[in-house]
Amino acid sequence: MLQWKWDFAFSILPRLIEATGKTVLAAGGGFAVALVLGLVLALAQRTRFRPLTMVTRELVEFVRSTPLLLQVFFVYYVGPQIGLLLSPWTAGLIAIGLHYAAYLSEVYRGGIESVPKGQWEAAKAINLSAPKTYRRIILPQALPPALAGVGNYLVGILKDTPMLSVIGVAELMHTANAIGAENYRYLEPFTIVGLIFLALSLPTAWLFRRFDTVVRRKLGLIK
Amino acid sequence: MTNDMSQYPLRLEGEDAPMIRFQDVTKRYDDLTVLDRLNLDVAAGEMVTIIGPSGSGKTTVLRVLMTLERIDGGVIYVDGEPLTHMEKDGRLVQANAAHLRRMRGKIGMCFQHFNLFPHMTALGNCMEGPVQVLGLSKKEAEERALELLDMVGMAEKRDEHPSRLSGGQQQRVAIARALAMRPTVMLFDEVTSALDPEVISEVTNVIRALSEQHQLTMLMVTHQMGFAKEISDRVVFFFDGSIEEQGTPDKLFDCPEKERTQQFLSAVLEAT
Repeated sequence: MLQWKWDFAFSILPRLIEATGKTVLAAGGGFAVALVLGLVLALAQRTRFRPLTMVTRELVEFVRSTPLLLQVFFVYYVGPQIGLLLSPWTAGLIAIGLHYAAYLSEVYRGGIESVPKGQWEAAKAINLSAPKTYRRIILPQALPPALAGVGNYLVGILKDTPMLSVIGVAELMHTANAIGAENYRYLEPFTIVGLIFLALSLPTAWLFRRFDTVVRRKLGLIK
Repeated sequence: MTNDMSQYPLRLEGEDAPMIRFQDVTKRYDDLTVLDRLNLDVAAGEMVTIIGPSGSGKTTVLRVLMTLERIDGGVIYVDGEPLTHMEKDGRLVQANAAHLRRMRGKIGMCFQHFNLFPHMTALGNCMEGPVQVLGLSKKEAEERALELLDMVGMAEKRDEHPSRLSGGQQQRVAIARALAMRPTVMLFDEVTSALDPEVISEVTNVIRALSEQHQLTMLMVTHQMGFAKEISDRVVFFFDGSIEEQGTPDKLFDCPEKERTQQFLSAVLEAT
C-alpha cells in the first residue's frame, strides 16, 4: 500500500525547493530580529533603572514560558483587534523573532557575565564611557562564549519555522501539506521535507562551530 | 546616611595643597568597616607606599581613588578639587557621572592581574583610551603608545595579544596603557603579586624609572618590602582601616614605633 513513487517525488521537488527558500528566509529573518532584539533585552536587564530591568525580566520570562504557537496566533489574530493588521510574514517574523530574542537574551547575558570584573575596572581606569565599554571591551569578549548557544538557537529557529504554516506562511511544511492534500499522497512530500531540514540543520551547526573558532582566533583569545 | 558636608572645603587652595587628600573617608561593606575616618595627604610628585596585613583596607584606598567604589563618608580631593563630591550652590554634593569622568582623567591605575584587554594587541591596548576617550587621531595615539611601549621595553611585542605575553610583560604593557592617558596620579595595586619571582624586577625597574624621570604622584600597595623601602618617599602602615604608623622608609622599616608595625614587619621578613 505504502509505496515510494519516484516520479511523484521528482515532480514536487521544484515546489519544495522554492518553499525551502522561504523557510530559510523565515529562519534568517526571524533570527536577525532575535539577534538584535535579544541584545536589547539583555542590555535592558543590566541598566540601573529598576522599572526597566524588571519589566524586561518579566517579558523574557513570559515569552520563554509560553508556547511559540500561541505567540504566533496571538500576534496574527489578536493584533488586528488592537489595530495592528499584519501580513502572515510580518506577524510570523515578529512572533518567532521575539520568541528567540528572549532565549538569546539569556545567552548574551551569560556571555556578558562571563567577562571578568577586571575588564570593567580596566575600562573605567582608562575612563571609557559606558557605551564604549560595552561596544569595545565587553561585547567582543562576551560574544565568543555565547556563540555556541547562539548557533544552537539558529538550528532551533530553523526547526520552528513550520509553526508559521498555521497562519499561512508558505514555507516548507505549509507547501508539503498542500501538496499532500492536492494529491492524496503525504509520504513523498513529508519525507523530502525531513531530508531538507536535515540538510539545512547539520551544516548550520557545523558552520557555527567553525565560526566560533575563527572568531576566537580573530580576537586573539586563542593562539 | 546624611553627612554634614559644610565642614569640608569646596576646594583645596594654596601652594602647599596636597595632590591627594583623604578627609575623614569611611568605606563600609555592609557592616564591615574597611576605611574608618581615614585622613591621608599625598604631595604632588610624592611616592607613597601602603603596606599592611590583608584586609587592612590598603587596596580600598586605591579603589576609591580610581572611583571603582563609592565612599560612605568624608571627602577625597585630587589636584585641589573634590573627587567624590562636587560643588553645587556653594555646597558639596555627591559627584555625578560627568564630574567623576572628568576627575578620573587625572588618575591612572595598574592592577594585580593586569586586566589587559585580551582581544587587543599590546599596541591596541595602549591606543584604546587615547583614541576613544582623549580623541587623539590613530596616528598620534600610535606614536604615543609606541613611545611608552618602548619605555617599558615592550616595543618589540607591540603586535602581540596578551595571551602570548608573560605576566611581567603584560604588566609592563598595562603600565604603558595607563600612562598613555597622561595621568597626574598613578596607582599601583599589588602589581607584582601575581608575578613569578624572576620577572618581578622587570616591573619594579619600570616603576623605578618612572619615579625618577617623571613628576607623577604615585600611590602603591605592595608586598615587596625591599622595593618599597628603596623607592618610596614615605611608607604608610595600615591596620584595621586606618593608618597605624607612617614615616620615611628608613624610619618605618628600621625603627618602627608601634608594636603592630613591628609584628607585621617581622612576620613579613620571616616569610621572605
